[in-house]
Amino acid sequence: MSANLRRHWLLQGIASVGECGLFFVAILGALPKSVRYWRETCRQVWFVGAMSLVIVMISGLFVGMVLALQLYYTLSIFGGTAALGTVVALSLFRELGPVVTGLLVAGRAGTAVTAEIGLMRATDQLDAMSMMAVDPLAYVASPRFLAGVIAMPLLACVFNAMGIFGGHLVGVTWLGLDNGTFWGNMTATVTLQRDILDGLYKSIVFGGVVSLIAVFQGYTAPPTSEGVAYSTTRTVVFSSIVILAFDFVMTAFLT
Amino acid sequence: MSNADASQESSADALVSVRGLRTRLGDKLIFDGLDMEVARGSVTAIMGPSGTGKTTLLRHLTGQLRPDAGRVRVDGEEVTQLSRHALFDLRERIGYLFQNSALLTDFSVFENVAFPLRQHAALPEELLRNVVLTKLQAVGLRGAAGLMPSELSGGMARRVALARAIVFDPMLILYDEPFVGLDPIALNQVLRLIRTLNRTLGITSILVAHELAAIRQVADRVYLIANGKLVAEGAPDELVHRDSPWTRQFFGGEADGPVPFHYPAPDYATELGLAATRR
Repeated sequence: MSANLRRHWLLQGIASVGECGLFFVAILGALPKSVRYWRETCRQVWFVGAMSLVIVMISGLFVGMVLALQLYYTLSIFGGTAALGTVVALSLFRELGPVVTGLLVAGRAGTAVTAEIGLMRATDQLDAMSMMAVDPLAYVASPRFLAGVIAMPLLACVFNAMGIFGGHLVGVTWLGLDNGTFWGNMTATVTLQRDILDGLYKSIVFGGVVSLIAVFQGYTAPPTSEGVAYSTTRTVVFSSIVILAFDFVMTAFLT
Repeated sequence: MSNADASQESSADALVSVRGLRTRLGDKLIFDGLDMEVARGSVTAIMGPSGTGKTTLLRHLTGQLRPDAGRVRVDGEEVTQLSRHALFDLRERIGYLFQNSALLTDFSVFENVAFPLRQHAALPEELLRNVVLTKLQAVGLRGAAGLMPSELSGGMARRVALARAIVFDPMLILYDEPFVGLDPIALNQVLRLIRTLNRTLGITSILVAHELAAIRQVADRVYLIANGKLVAEGAPDELVHRDSPWTRQFFGGEADGPVPFHYPAPDYATELGLAATRR
């Protein structure tokens, strides 16, 4: 790759990040106006949240089950299987809950939001709203952004609950760990502030990041079928990378 | 030129005034000093070859696109200098019919027409329903109120978009290709509707269209745009018979004239690889 081309890609990347930042400021500016569209926000919370429940619940269950199996094997080497409940819960609350839920929501709801807004752009619906003196940022972008921020922590909670249920199924029901030990150690070790709330903060940030990327990609999608397809793909790729990067940064600051 | 000078140059009864409009999109110069005026209460048609910037001109009038230079005044307001908020206030007084209808695909026909009313007028539901049904009746689609946009033909979608554009009885309606896809019956009704809105409510209308017969029936004045400038203007019947190379070529549908039929391209024979053979 030539130096010019590298610089071109680099500049394009920096310009996109700047554009996305300005878009974020514009969305925040439109939030007060979008209060009157609270019904639309509720509809989007239902779409992003309730419609993602099945995939989040099933994924949470299996992640919890796999986690319990792997950790049981590892802990048994050191004779510490009694800590299984604690380790499963901590892994879920602090890390896997917010991150995996973020990745799942980016794949299911983020892509749908990008495709929907991209299609609205391609068929002039956003321009039509603007011509009817309805600000598309307030009517379309802000409610979807807000919905992601609201739905993500709720979905992360569901994911965590299902994960712990899965861990219990494997650890207690299948592998024969004592039920009292499983719950007792977990409730004694997991703290609300350091473990549960820190995970929730992460999921709120991931919700904002995924929705911002999804809405921005849809809003700026080239008005062609290929353009919408590329933007949808970019939503998943960028969301996944940013979630993992933000997870590292937030973990460094929160621990 | 100062603001005061610009105002003096436009007639007192002009609702829309464009002065020295200059727009470049990419490498293409769309307008190169375009001047035009639209009188309040008139029906004005904008015609010109494809790709000459007629839709772009409408986008300038509504502030969807800012020109590189020049002034665009609508109802006394300088559109190019309006804030986002002021622009939205102005747009509440303008109806716009999009070339591709631009109906909101998640809403039914009824909800599409009701959308501007729900956003800007706190009408009781029954009154809102009556207003929407009246507009749908005017375009002959009251019976289609419950259908979704995906269930409409192109012509029907255009009529729904027309009903939505006029639902507020705005001071100015911009029609971008309003006659495309309409059958002769619907075309006649739409023409009658545009005229009725103009005569009874004094609504100013600007149409971008190619259908000469329809324009002769409905327009008071025609502006012919080509090569980035206004090349002819006048009453439709007078313009059709005017002896100018522009009007002769455009209204006569001739390939040869000041407007090239072919998009700029390299030599045809060279591109086909025949130049060497000839030699």
